[in-house]
Amino acid sequence: MKTILLAAGGAFLATIAAAETPVLNVLTYDSFTTEWGPGPAIEAGFEATCACDVQFQTAGDGAALLARLQLEGAATTADVVVGLDTNLADAARQTGLFAPGASTETTLPVAFSDANFVPFDWGWFAFVYDKKQLSNPPKSLTELADSEIKIIIQDPRSSTPGLGLVLWVKAAYADGAAALWEKLADNIVTVTPGWSEAYGLFLEGQADMVLSYTTSPAYHLIAENDDSKAAAPFEEGHFMQIELAGRLVGSDQPALADQFLTYLLGDAAQTALITTNWMYPARTPAAGLPKGFETLITPTKSLTIPADQVEATRQAAVDEWQAALAK
Amino acid sequence: MASRAGKIGAITAACGVGLLIIGSLGFLLPHANLVSLTPADFFALRFTVLQAALSAAVSCLLAIPLARALFAARFWGRAALVRLISAPFILPSLAAVMGLLAVFGRGGVLNDALVAVGAPQISIFGLGGVVLAHVFLNLPLATRILLLGWADIPTERFRLAQSLSFGRWAMFMHLEWPVLRALLPSAFAVIFLVCLTSFSVALILGGGPRATTIELGIYQSLRFEFDLSRAANLALMQTALCLIATFVMAAVWQPSGFGTGLDRKVLLRGDWSDGVIIALATLFFALPLAAIAARGMAGLMDLPNGFWMAAGRSIFIAVTSAFLAVWAALMLAMARSRGAGIWADFAAMLPLGTSSLALGVGAFLALRPVMPPQNAALILAVFFNAAMALPFVYRLLLPTCREIQSSYARLMASLGMSGWAVLRVVFLPRLAPILGFSMGLSAAMAMGDFGVIALLGAADQPTLPILAARLMSAYQMQAAASVTLWLILLAFALFWLFDHLGGRDAGA
Repeated sequence: MKTILLAAGGAFLATIAAAETPVLNVLTYDSFTTEWGPGPAIEAGFEATCACDVQFQTAGDGAALLARLQLEGAATTADVVVGLDTNLADAARQTGLFAPGASTETTLPVAFSDANFVPFDWGWFAFVYDKKQLSNPPKSLTELADSEIKIIIQDPRSSTPGLGLVLWVKAAYADGAAALWEKLADNIVTVTPGWSEAYGLFLEGQADMVLSYTTSPAYHLIAENDDSKAAAPFEEGHFMQIELAGRLVGSDQPALADQFLTYLLGDAAQTALITTNWMYPARTPAAGLPKGFETLITPTKSLTIPADQVEATRQAAVDEWQAALAK
Repeated sequence: MASRAGKIGAITAACGVGLLIIGSLGFLLPHANLVSLTPADFFALRFTVLQAALSAAVSCLLAIPLARALFAARFWGRAALVRLISAPFILPSLAAVMGLLAVFGRGGVLNDALVAVGAPQISIFGLGGVVLAHVFLNLPLATRILLLGWADIPTERFRLAQSLSFGRWAMFMHLEWPVLRALLPSAFAVIFLVCLTSFSVALILGGGPRATTIELGIYQSLRFEFDLSRAANLALMQTALCLIATFVMAAVWQPSGFGTGLDRKVLLRGDWSDGVIIALATLFFALPLAAIAARGMAGLMDLPNGFWMAAGRSIFIAVTSAFLAVWAALMLAMARSRGAGIWADFAAMLPLGTSSLALGVGAFLALRPVMPPQNAALILAVFFNAAMALPFVYRLLLPTCREIQSSYARLMASLGMSGWAVLRVVFLPRLAPILGFSMGLSAAMAMGDFGVIALLGAADQPTLPILAARLMSAYQMQAAASVTLWLILLAFALFWLFDHLGGRDAGA
């Protein structure tokens, strides 16, 4: 009981203290704010320079962030949103909630400009496998579809990587996408609601390959000292996911919000993102990438779909996917 | 006949549920436009109903021999085994999937055995896998419901049957079938409804878009498409299915009509077949549970930051929501058994026909103008979990309430007992084991619920299931498995505690 009172008292005092310093509300996805995510380092680093209090609000993932903004509308208390991606950018823009953004220098492998958002990290989707189990990985989506290899993917109707794969196939095969899905159908062990279930099932040995990122093997190598995982380079090229941040037009701390976005693209935050989000930094820090990243594959071709065409492509591509797999 | 206090209690409970569900869904319903349902929606509807009906039917059919065997057999550790086999019902669904895959999946025990004898391997994914998982999760509930029914057969009836030299078949037809006839519709409907809103299990084990359920459609339309009209259509479809199932169940229900005995212990002679049935069931339940335990064991003492706060939050939600659920269910079940209309059934079953995602979004919108929704997350979680447990507790309590009412109504009336005396002297002592089991069940279910907190985005207030999900999304699969194992152990401890406090030995 005593500790509860103390905690309540502490929380009360903290509220008073907070009332004197400006608060920056950052809306982001769940895993960003955990102790393994970039949140704690970025919060501490920014608070050391801004004389402000960073408070996180969360939703499940990028898509959930957008849904939450659509629900809240102009009433949202968020100042900055961190964690949308290029596939959601246009829908997010159409809410009219985002302020125009400044253009920024990046080290992305593709040209990037957006009227509202800045990129903070990015990755290539790829199929990850265990080198000890699979000695001869496929070299293309077609080869994968023709093989007996078992894969686990995510549902494009509930997960951003799942949607990424559907757009990948569409970007690579255009009108031939449906035919490729029909050939891929017998390779797919199952489809999961999100990334973590799929990756978990793969690690448990339920499939030979899983849809993830080219950077996933770096996690196993650097954090677990395990070099058995690799991503397979595909001849068609690899679809990119670029994660975005933006300031809300209704923010009552616009200067602070812009300052935060600048910090997010600075060396300290970019360095933290690499080994917490396990993605490539949008602007490579001066010290370069950590040791271990040189072992990763570098796709020769990066596939994207322009933000303003995603909405039109998405529905048809998901329907095609569903029709092919439901047969 | 029913006392005024009892009526007020039941009406309060019904209004509470109604307010919570309708208040939350209210924002969606104006968007409904049933004309816009697509062929894909009807495809999802068909699969949803098919898998739910199959899962419920198989669970109920298997529960009959299992409950009978457990009732008849007498062996050391029987009470503990009856509690242990309840464990699958309280598993978080993803943990159950992982456990089942370790046994029935690729490289699992079953396929290893098949390879060893030179047989072809099997794949669990598909409708069969979905039904297998739902049976694994729900057979324990069906078994406990039937077990409670057997325990309600008056000893005097068994004695009479024995003195008339009834064979096993005659015994079944004259004593046990009437009990089953009274209980099976209840068990079937509850399991049917719980499988109706299945999402992760159906999708992962269903193997892809062939296994699309209505709940996935709601998720998709609220999360990706922000199509409130489609979400409302699908949510209405679910609620309609729930109301139909509740109505059908009420229509086919018949009282067992045994009258009462002297509340003494029953002796039913078992034979060797009971042992075989119990051994097979134990194997079916224990292997996946052992796999889950093995996965979590490695990091069990290596707890992530914030673990104990998360555990405290989960236990708080579990215990308070369990009290609330049992109180509401008791009020409604007593009222229904003492003459209240089918409205009590509908009020109690409504939460099962509601998508928790739709509810969460509704609550978010309802709270938004009043306060930051994340500040109410903990309290809302208590109410939502209480609502989600209500249908199960109601179904568990109702049959016995009806038996009590039909057996003691005249006695209570002739003694002119007050509502309070009826509750204290007649109902509570006879319901005690079921109340204990129900408390345990509700608490354990709430422990594993991912639910409303995640939707309200209270980043600094994770519960154990949310902590486990966050660990998984940060590649920490081992830590996630360990937190899940802790979650299961704590949930089971709560379940055991309340079930034990309920008195008598479990279900007999």
